[in-house]
Amino acid sequence: MQVAAFLICFPFIAAVVLALMKKHGKPRKYVVFGSSALIVAAMLYFVIGLLSSGKAVEYLENTHTIDLIMLIGEIFLMCLVVFLSFRHKKYYAALLSVVQTGLIAWLDLSGADETEKFHIYADKLTVVMCLIIGIVGTMICVYAVGYMKDYHSHHTEFKDRRSFFFAMLFVFLGAMFGLVLSSNLTWIYFFWEITSVCSFLLIGYNQSEQAINNSFKALWMNLLGGLGFALAIAYCSLVLHVSNLEELVTAKLAAGAVLIPVILLAFAGLTKSAQMPFSGWLLGAMVAPTPTSALLHSATMVKAGVYLLIRLAPAMCGNAAGFMVTTVGGFTFFVASLLAISQSDGKKVLAYSTISNLGLIAACAGIGMHEAVWAAMLLMMFHAVSKSMLFLSVGAVENRTGSRNIEDMHGLIVRLPGLAFIMIIGIAGMFLAPFGMLISKWAALKAFIDSNNILLVVFLVFGSASTLFYWTKWLGKLIAVPHQSGHLTNTTKVSQWFALITHAVIMIALVITFPLVSHSLVEPFLADMFHNTVPDIISTGNINIMLMMLCLIVILPVAARILTFGKKDTRVLSYMSGANAGDDRSFVDSFGNKKDLYLANWYMEDYFGENKLLKPSLILSSAAIVIVMVIAIGGAIG
Amino acid sequence: MNISVVSLLLYLILGPFAGGLLAGIDRKITARMQGRKGPSVLQPFYDLYKLFNKQSVVVNDLQDFLVAGFLVFIIFTGCLFFSGGDLLLVFFALTLAGIFFVMSACSASSPYGSMASQRELMQMMAYEPMVLLVAIGFYIVTGSFAVKDIIHFSNIPAVAYMPGIYLGFLWVLVIKFRKSPFDLSTTHHAHQEMVKGLTTELSGNILALVEVSHWYENVFLLGVVGLFFATSDWWSAIVVIVTVAISYFLEILVDNVFPRVKWDFMLKSTWIVTLVAGVINLMVISLIKLR
Repeated sequence: MQVAAFLICFPFIAAVVLALMKKHGKPRKYVVFGSSALIVAAMLYFVIGLLSSGKAVEYLENTHTIDLIMLIGEIFLMCLVVFLSFRHKKYYAALLSVVQTGLIAWLDLSGADETEKFHIYADKLTVVMCLIIGIVGTMICVYAVGYMKDYHSHHTEFKDRRSFFFAMLFVFLGAMFGLVLSSNLTWIYFFWEITSVCSFLLIGYNQSEQAINNSFKALWMNLLGGLGFALAIAYCSLVLHVSNLEELVTAKLAAGAVLIPVILLAFAGLTKSAQMPFSGWLLGAMVAPTPTSALLHSATMVKAGVYLLIRLAPAMCGNAAGFMVTTVGGFTFFVASLLAISQSDGKKVLAYSTISNLGLIAACAGIGMHEAVWAAMLLMMFHAVSKSMLFLSVGAVENRTGSRNIEDMHGLIVRLPGLAFIMIIGIAGMFLAPFGMLISKWAALKAFIDSNNILLVVFLVFGSASTLFYWTKWLGKLIAVPHQSGHLTNTTKVSQWFALITHAVIMIALVITFPLVSHSLVEPFLADMFHNTVPDIISTGNINIMLMMLCLIVILPVAARILTFGKKDTRVLSYMSGANAGDDRSFVDSFGNKKDLYLANWYMEDYFGENKLLKPSLILSSAAIVIVMVIAIGGAIG
Repeated sequence: MNISVVSLLLYLILGPFAGGLLAGIDRKITARMQGRKGPSVLQPFYDLYKLFNKQSVVVNDLQDFLVAGFLVFIIFTGCLFFSGGDLLLVFFALTLAGIFFVMSACSASSPYGSMASQRELMQMMAYEPMVLLVAIGFYIVTGSFAVKDIIHFSNIPAVAYMPGIYLGFLWVLVIKFRKSPFDLSTTHHAHQEMVKGLTTELSGNILALVEVSHWYENVFLLGVVGLFFATSDWWSAIVVIVTVAISYFLEILVDNVFPRVKWDFMLKSTWIVTLVAGVINLMVISLIKLR
């Protein structure tokens, strides 16, 4: 258990060290690399130990000191939020923070939440989360070292606060480890609040007006979720005398009584995983430097939301909480994928895709059946790796070419082949057979049908179709080969390459070994969660077929050679009705002048634009959440 | 030898011949509808032979690879289907093949190819929900995604339970067969506002491979139509052949009756048909199952 404590505490220590290193240069770089390596090593040691011993449960005898430290931490966070929100005249954030911290502090001091239950709980889901946080999270920190240097040389208008930035990255990792390792609700809440405040500080990093507005948007939405969390804790300890997440989920309590805290926690999970109507904060988060977006979207923050939902899954099966989560999740999956079609900013497409995929994960968790939870966990893993990879490669392209617009990525495969390949692997990982996301989507579909949820099936099939559209048109831009376009010198730093290539390797390894991962991590977890042996979700025959598809892709270059054997190619320009002006980048117009050619993708603002779809969907999803929560809570109390 | 291996091999070997013949018959019937005599039924094979012997003219080297991907995955899709595999995996493989084809047009970085690739993607987005609903419908009715289990389900053909889904599938087949009114991205008619759409930049041997892939694909798609009528009885083979022929004739008729529409009409109408015919049918069968 010392390792678990180390995993939680060490990132905070690293953060303090980094915060104190005001000078740029080598020492900071080595501290970041060293701490990342240490975290990965400790995490692997912990994971291997856990895998060999099974589940780890720890009851800590005397937690008064720890509780006190957490209370002080929470009050410190509250003061920070209050101070900043008064400075920027956003008083509502202060109000939210004061109310929930006051509630928790009162519970703590009155001793109402004291029960003899374990504090640390680690099972296979914790292993999966630790792997995601430990590997993807630290890789993003490594990447950030090279990226931030370039970022500040491109953006001289922003104040260089890199020491603060790196400190926050590590605080985030520490909080995430704390969140997934704790089982005591008050402890989880403490780490939950740290991630909220931390993301607020990271989004506002460059202190521009837009950044500050967006950071407060993130803050109030997550604090609202935090308020739900605090209320759930209060209800648990005052009415149910439960202080522990595991106990709440497995409790043999009256269904109605558990429903209130479960629905409140599910609400908190939805805000954190940026489901509609709370999707705005994640979209706003893209004003921050790329490592922040990568961290929020893949390894941390939003994963904390779906982690909580997965933990709650058995308690949501077939009740109002489950209904709320599946409906909002499925709806978000569909609408966010439609909205992604109309976006040309690479990071925004990624943001909508994250919201959309998290919707699917949430919907799976809300179903609460074993195959749905299986799909949710695999989706979470594949999504973490490919999304982080995509963000990091978009960031690298932006630093090199000055644009992250997808239209400007035309012909990237010729200009920056390395980054283009990484991006292609990432995109393929997001939606193509036989890569992981699709397999999980398939399992999700099966679970939706088996639970007779036709509405979700409809959301899934239509959402998949629009997902296909926006990814493929991006892929098409990357793969275009315009004549006579030069190769750009790649200025991506070694640390960035290291992170990118590690991601690509993990992605491919995951695709090949996912049956193994499923067998050794996900299935035992499900068996434990649902207290029975879990039948095979994917038959061996179908796994073989998917491996065959993978092999086909690998041998495709050879097949292409054989199919076109003996063919002597004559190179020509592309067809422009005979009006080419010497190359295929310009043509002769009707006045006889040379005109540059510009090829654009379809965005169809009139159908899928934000001004068309966003408002109605926010209203619909808010209405759904409010109505379900009112009916459920009212019904349980009355 | 195992029956699934036999049908797989039959598809692999006879697929392109059946597909080519189908194209020949299609052209003949179309010609008669238009009051022409039409070419010989074997004309598609002559055309193919000619294409293979033409000088190959390309705009880049990537196209060979991408078109090969299209062909390989279409064959894979069909083989998986005819060997009795999982219907959802079959459709996923079909999507992958389709994406390879779109990519071959994108890679050319040319005005017509680029335009057509967006239209083709729009077509895929339009038909994908209905195609997935077909697999889901079979799963709800028979309890399995596997084609071999679906056939042996009972002696009542699946279409009896899912007429709406069948009609919806016929609708999206118009898109898949690249028939008017939904032949936006490329067409076999002479009149196309974008030269040859997706295949504008392909020629010679590579274009021939695209043609072969389409033949394989069409045979596979008619196989899915047949699945609606197949039962475990021996004589269902005759029913399947007759109904598939009628379905294909309907497609040809539609092709010759309706003029090409704009993409937004295609998307809207197809999604509405999917919702009305497909989803309502799905609701009904899942209610029956609950009983």
